[in-house]
Amino acid sequence: MIDTYRLRSPLAHLGLDARARAEADISGTGVIISERPQAGLINIRGDVSDARFVTAIEKSIKLSPPTVPNTVVGKPSTTRLMWLAPDEWMVITRPSGAERALKALQKNLKIADLHSSVTDTTEARTCIRVSGPRAREVISKGCSIDLHPSAFGPGQCAQTVVSRVGVMLAQTANSKTHQPTYELYPLRSFATYLWNWLEDASAEYGVKVE
Amino acid sequence: MTQTHRLTDGGRIDRDRPIDFFFNGRRYSGYEGDTLASALLANGVMLVGRSFKYHRPRGITSAGTEEQNALVQLERGARTISNMLATRVPLYEGLDAASVNCWPSHNFDFMAVNSLFHRILPAGFYYKTFMWPVSAWKYYEHIIRRAAGLGRSPMEPDADTYDKMNAHADLVVVGGGPAGLTAARSAAIHGARVILVDEQTELGGQLLNERFDINGHPATDWVADIEAELMAMPNVTILKHTTAFGYYDHGFIGFLQNRSNNVAFGEDGRSRQRMWRVRAKNVLLATGSLERPLIYSDNDRPGCMLAGAVRAYVNRYGVTPGNRHVIFTNNDDAYRSALDVKAAGGDVACIVDLRTKPKGELVTQAIEAGIDVIEGSVITAVIGGKRVRAVEIMKLNEDGTGVTGTVQTITCDIVGSSGGWNPVVHLHSHSGGKNVWRDEDGVFVPGDTLQSEQVCGAAAGSFSLQAALNEGDFAGIDFASKLGLPTKKPGAVPKTSSDVAEEPWKLLWYIPTTKPAGQRGKHFIDQQNDVTVTDVQLAAREGYRSVEHAKRYTTLGMATDQGKTGNIPGHAILSAALGQTIPETGTTTFRPPYSPVTMGAIAGRYVGDFFDPVRRTPMHDCHEKAGCLWEDVGQWRRPWYYPADGESMQDTVNRECLAVRNHVGMLDATTLGKIDIQGPDAAEFLNRIYTNAWLKLAPGKCRYGLMLGEDGMIMDDGVTSCLGENHYLMTTTSGGAPRVMAWLEEWLQTEWPDLKVYLTSVTEQFATLQLAGPNARALLSEFTKDIDLDNDAFPFMSWKSGTVADIPARIYRISFTGELSYEINVPASAGLSLWTDIMIAGEKFGIEPFGTETMHVLRAEKGFIIVGQETDGTTAPGDLGMDWIVSKKKPDFIGKRSMSRPDMLRDDRKQLVGLLTSDPSEVLPEGGQIVAETQPKPPMTMIGHVTSSYYSAALEHSIALALVKGGRARMGDTVYVPIDGKTVSCEVVEPIFYDKEGNRIND
Repeated sequence: MIDTYRLRSPLAHLGLDARARAEADISGTGVIISERPQAGLINIRGDVSDARFVTAIEKSIKLSPPTVPNTVVGKPSTTRLMWLAPDEWMVITRPSGAERALKALQKNLKIADLHSSVTDTTEARTCIRVSGPRAREVISKGCSIDLHPSAFGPGQCAQTVVSRVGVMLAQTANSKTHQPTYELYPLRSFATYLWNWLEDASAEYGVKVE
Repeated sequence: MTQTHRLTDGGRIDRDRPIDFFFNGRRYSGYEGDTLASALLANGVMLVGRSFKYHRPRGITSAGTEEQNALVQLERGARTISNMLATRVPLYEGLDAASVNCWPSHNFDFMAVNSLFHRILPAGFYYKTFMWPVSAWKYYEHIIRRAAGLGRSPMEPDADTYDKMNAHADLVVVGGGPAGLTAARSAAIHGARVILVDEQTELGGQLLNERFDINGHPATDWVADIEAELMAMPNVTILKHTTAFGYYDHGFIGFLQNRSNNVAFGEDGRSRQRMWRVRAKNVLLATGSLERPLIYSDNDRPGCMLAGAVRAYVNRYGVTPGNRHVIFTNNDDAYRSALDVKAAGGDVACIVDLRTKPKGELVTQAIEAGIDVIEGSVITAVIGGKRVRAVEIMKLNEDGTGVTGTVQTITCDIVGSSGGWNPVVHLHSHSGGKNVWRDEDGVFVPGDTLQSEQVCGAAAGSFSLQAALNEGDFAGIDFASKLGLPTKKPGAVPKTSSDVAEEPWKLLWYIPTTKPAGQRGKHFIDQQNDVTVTDVQLAAREGYRSVEHAKRYTTLGMATDQGKTGNIPGHAILSAALGQTIPETGTTTFRPPYSPVTMGAIAGRYVGDFFDPVRRTPMHDCHEKAGCLWEDVGQWRRPWYYPADGESMQDTVNRECLAVRNHVGMLDATTLGKIDIQGPDAAEFLNRIYTNAWLKLAPGKCRYGLMLGEDGMIMDDGVTSCLGENHYLMTTTSGGAPRVMAWLEEWLQTEWPDLKVYLTSVTEQFATLQLAGPNARALLSEFTKDIDLDNDAFPFMSWKSGTVADIPARIYRISFTGELSYEINVPASAGLSLWTDIMIAGEKFGIEPFGTETMHVLRAEKGFIIVGQETDGTTAPGDLGMDWIVSKKKPDFIGKRSMSRPDMLRDDRKQLVGLLTSDPSEVLPEGGQIVAETQPKPPMTMIGHVTSSYYSAALEHSIALALVKGGRARMGDTVYVPIDGKTVSCEVVEPIFYDKEGNRIND
């Protein structure tokens, strides 16, 4: 493990923690945004029709790779598996779970002895979470896919573009508010641009940092 | 000033909320609910501008988006907007508008002198007069452009913001009139996701202008009820003051939304306008119709307007446009205007009906109301310059080609004319649908649709209110069933009692006078571009038989209104001149936008800092703190150089270069593309992609590779390392990374699906810190305990993994500077802290951070190429003297076949050489053209160009790389680079200047 003092998230320079403390009362706010860095992101490639591949993954993270395009399985509180392409998935773990999942996947897929790849991309992206009653409108300003609940609900994901930045986009349900929460995973170099755009796009609805 | 033409009651204005505004510097007053046009008319202002070509006085002609004359310059300074339609500008407090296209004032216009010379300003005048000699056009153009043109662009940056919104719908309903409202409602109650869009500030469409009833109540009450019902539905979005300006393929529709009632100013914190990009599964066009004028002599005099506009001003705005109104018509509908003026207490001089013995229900009503109906007659002249004073009326002969009898002069100040109504088929046309001519009333109606689209109501040529209500309601249900939504019992279709039996229109496109066309007044077809009947006839005589050509020659329909009123009469008159039918002549295709769209809305928020994403490396903050200047490399922002206070760029680069050559420097190399390659066929894959051999690269080793396109030209380069069995890491140029990734995937997926290889981009996974210089090893050894840095254990072109400052790291011993060099790759999050620590520890070793400029100088000293700088897509490996990297043994690789093309084998291809200027301090400009022999002045035979050029501090001499024809055979020759007034002589040398033996890199 790297000493945590050495780790700096892509948006750390914006002082978001301090803002979150200052903007603690989020009632009546249209949009709430936050950075959720350091989720484990492990890219898997392989042939899902090969039972050995599926078994190795199940054995590693207790989830089977979804075959329905643009869907996510698993719970945000533990580990999720996101469909990216017919032969590509992303394992999303909590920050503390990345290393264990990576090792397990590497080990089990090696044992399975088949053509596959496991690549750690944890550091390549950060997660920006957008919630609040106007979250959908804000993202729709820069994203052309249909985010209406009937078309893009909890458990669905997409690789798309939000304001000129490629993202993996997932929706999770907020059990308290029943309003959608969107997770945007941009490559880390784009995170500042995307964050600034999101704040700008949210300004008219009232925006706070969580 | 009092509102002389305002009615005491009635209309959709709020008399309790007066609004002050300015027009041409004078202060006026209107009411909330007015448009600028209605407020001007309320104040008795009719003259609003001058025409485009002849600078004739012009007045308001309409009450809507079809307005031809009332173009104003709205506001001043940064917020000024040109060519706003006074009829589409809702009045707001302090509004400041001025006429366009007149100087010094709209009341006295100097250029009106053009009107006296109209005989020498026919259609095509500019084409005919100013084209010889062709070279002189550049002189004429400035003068002509100043004389023409409408309005002014702001000189300052836009003071407002604009944004965009994406939306999806089961059904987009364009038009909030009776058809659109019933359609939206019936689709929405079935559960369809509906977006209803209307360009006006209120829903209701034409109902706002009429005195119609629906379900026994005023129609506007019904509009309010249905709007409330729709607003309450979560599946309905209503966008008012929003124009659907373009309908593209696959149900893609563009809307331009005015988000502020005050159209020139965005409300605080909100964009002024929003561009909606809507994807609709189905589209209903309920866009209504626009009235067309009758084309009579001097029909452009201020006071001549559309008949429908007259009653729109009366009914909607509580304004009588004039003191005495004449209605001139070929149909029954225009009688409503006379009836409405009369009912409001206004004065109707007469109705001039070109039909003989009209006897429709409305005609009877008019006669009963005491209105004088003059049948079988036409207006032959309009008297008055800046304002209509009277009209002359004569009997129309039987075939409509001339007039007979005595002249009757009628005093009036408004002529409301109606030649019928044109369905608004623009969006249908955008969508790819054709329009079909309907002979009985002379209109184009929508033909077959290519998309999932329907047109209903007046837009489909169904001009009665009940038809609009019925068709809309039915279409909504139809779409719902098409969407597979559960059928609900539809409510009763709203009923109106306002429809009455009407007689057919009588088509007469040109209203004759006692003289041939053009000899008694002007018959304007397109008032905005000053196109007259004689212009169109001239075009026909001169051989412009195609409507498309005639349109461009005469500029008919090419102004900002895109011929909304003038096109159909224009085509009819052209057809008559050509002696053919209108369908034979055809109509021009309507193209987006339906009405002008601001550049601001097209740009949205993608201006200034949002113009393009800026990619930051993990060490960005360190560089910023160190005061670097930035270079944009693709979307990446890289440190260019790090000047000390007051240090020049050259001094900085010299210092940084010498630090690397003599001590140690550190470069942020994070931006290099990195692609993780895994699979049993990975080595074979690399072998096919690169020009050199890859099958035997051992784990722990690195190799430089050159990538070609199929054309054999260099595409990208980089170092690829073997990470383990069947596992490689490819690096690419910073700017080329996405392109290379797509290229590799394309080959894998389309050409070599049999190869078992997976690619994953890991560019952003790592922060890459490059240490370069003789002290690099000593410095790095302070940070790693588990990696043996000894030259034998860790030689050039190999890599090792371990820890650096207890951070897991891969270190690649590769070099782009020619020095001992390590590229340290650590998890991106740790990059910044490691950079900081190394900078501190490096002080005693003389470390300097260096930027891309120094990197470029150092690699040029070594003759290392940069793809995109030494190459330009026509450069092959042999041209750069890199045959050594092109395998002769491999059966194939991308680009191999092209390498044996005859053109590739010429020995006079441009080849990479070095250049040393005779004056060591003279730095050649990159791109400088090279000649073998100088001439006193150009042209000279160019034999090549400078690709890279720098001052080398290490050599104390300028150096350059260049591509020169047959360059390798010119070693030792002197060549010349002529630049601004002098000629620099250079010696052709080998393209390597420093450490030719390569000792430092291997040390």
